[in-house]
Amino acid sequence: MRRKSGIVTVTAALVAIGLVTLRYLAAADPTGVAQAQSSLPAHSVPSASRGAVVVELCDGVTHTEVKGLKPGQQMTRAQALAVTGQLMAEWRRKHPDRHWVLAQNDQASPSASSPENPARGNIAGPGETANTKSQQGDTYASFHERDFKVWQAQTDAFVNYGNQVFHSAKLLGSTIGVSCDMCHPNAANTHPETYPKYQEQLQRVALLRDMIDWCIENPIKGKTLDPNDPKMRALEAYILAQRKGVALDYGKH
Amino acid sequence: MAARHKSVETRFYEDRDRVLRALRNCDRRTFLKLSAATMGAVMAKGLVPPHTFQLIEVANAAVDKNWGTHGAQGSAPFRFAYISDAHLYERTLNQRFIRAIVKAVDDVNALDPQPDFVLYGGDLAQLGSPGQLETGRQILGNLKAPVKMMVGEHDWFLDLGEKWQELFGPPTYSFDWKGVHVVVLQSVYEKDFWTARKMTPAERMQTVAGLDNAVQSRFEVGDAQREWLKNDLAKVSKSTPLLIFSHSPLYKYYRPWNFWTEDAEQVQAILKQHEKVTVIHGHTHQMLFNQIGNISFYGMLSTAWPWPYAPEGLPKLTVQMNRADPFDQFDGCGDGEFTARTDQLVDTVYNLWDRNPVTVRADYLVSGGKVDRPPAPQFASY
Repeated sequence: MRRKSGIVTVTAALVAIGLVTLRYLAAADPTGVAQAQSSLPAHSVPSASRGAVVVELCDGVTHTEVKGLKPGQQMTRAQALAVTGQLMAEWRRKHPDRHWVLAQNDQASPSASSPENPARGNIAGPGETANTKSQQGDTYASFHERDFKVWQAQTDAFVNYGNQVFHSAKLLGSTIGVSCDMCHPNAANTHPETYPKYQEQLQRVALLRDMIDWCIENPIKGKTLDPNDPKMRALEAYILAQRKGVALDYGKH
Repeated sequence: MAARHKSVETRFYEDRDRVLRALRNCDRRTFLKLSAATMGAVMAKGLVPPHTFQLIEVANAAVDKNWGTHGAQGSAPFRFAYISDAHLYERTLNQRFIRAIVKAVDDVNALDPQPDFVLYGGDLAQLGSPGQLETGRQILGNLKAPVKMMVGEHDWFLDLGEKWQELFGPPTYSFDWKGVHVVVLQSVYEKDFWTARKMTPAERMQTVAGLDNAVQSRFEVGDAQREWLKNDLAKVSKSTPLLIFSHSPLYKYYRPWNFWTEDAEQVQAILKQHEKVTVIHGHTHQMLFNQIGNISFYGMLSTAWPWPYAPEGLPKLTVQMNRADPFDQFDGCGDGEFTARTDQLVDTVYNLWDRNPVTVRADYLVSGGKVDRPPAPQFASY
């Protein structure tokens, strides 16, 4: 009777070791994540022989056997490195034309600027070969052009939500049908760069959110928002985004 | 034989007789005022008889109500007040804007002497609903002086003017007043942006109500109305002064906020053929004035809220009003008056609530800013 030993998918283990972030296996296919849900590769690996564990790659095909490992037993670090290295080498052999980017081996830290990308250092874009002669271990250096795009999209979506709230008496909770854009089209005349400043009428030093709350309470006649309310944060985000490039000038009246 | 051509002497004696008749009809107080004024003028001019014609000129200018339609030198001066951009919601929803328009009505009713008429500058309702328009009509009905109504985009785009015309008549019309030809325009027509997007009337109105969304079209007077204007002005002599009431500015200030009239140049081309033209507009909710060629432009204040100045495109001649204090509901808002002078130019007083009023004279505009500059702001926008 053949007993199937535990088939261990090593994805989690590899991520935990921090060697290979397997989402990059999707490489040039940005929609791979969405499609993965519907067409996950079915793992069709042979069962392990006695006293061994089969370790498979997430492509569902490549696998190797680790002898001397009982099901449920942890590999040593050295063992794990060897096994995963072997799997990756096998994968690369099978896909010679696919570009595998090791994020950690990407270009130097952002502080090392170049004429082309002064702010970003020499971060490799998609399709570029990484410069292996770079400093290792920087958090910021591990990020990719694609990350920046994702972050910017998230930020813009949040600013856009603030835009919606800013223009909607209903979302602001106004009881008299008034919204921010009635006095502040495109957030004009909000001058967020002048806070903090002493606001005589509030009898305290005010931040932008204090003015927003005051406006919501008075001209808009709604209920004040908690500073951590997503709407308040989104309103701040929208107002600040409209003043990009304006020098900070706290205390200006 | 009809005296088609009158000699200078005939005309002089006719005018003189008219003045003397008026003098005979005035009450003691006016007579004393007149005598003092003429004496002052004579001394100031260092006149020695027989320069009696100049005395009649002064008497002519001083006697305004009793005068006829034409003076010796030009039109009779007259005053009219304005209330504009009230943006009313119904009483059950928003008391704030209602309090403001009632304040303006009180201001105008308290004027002594009363103005000849009151111009309502547009945007009576905020979202063009019948209830909002009715509320506005009721409140304006408390004005003692006659009211001339003008439509704004907030009144129009819910039902494309149906309720407005039921309440107030045609949006475009003209009339003559004391030697001045007055035209009221509907200058907030927009090219259809709502059909393709399958908008409901409420959505269309909500879109137009937002100043800073790029969805709506830019305001225009439109081909048909420009034709009407041309024909209307064809009957008016080039030397008759024109007063044009319009909601949009009839020039190009800031496109993203529709502080703009798309066919402004074409409208100005029709107007500038007349010697003295003054355009009075609403929509911008701020102290605003401009001069383009021989056309003077004055923007009216709103009773409801002040707009900030646009980031670009502000006319060079405009002296900004101080930034509005958000803690004061009425600051940056108000009403005002216009004076049509004997020399056919128009001055204005910006009756800013909770601030000193600001007078802007035509001399400032016509001289390109060299004389009579209005007071500078302490807190311009930034």
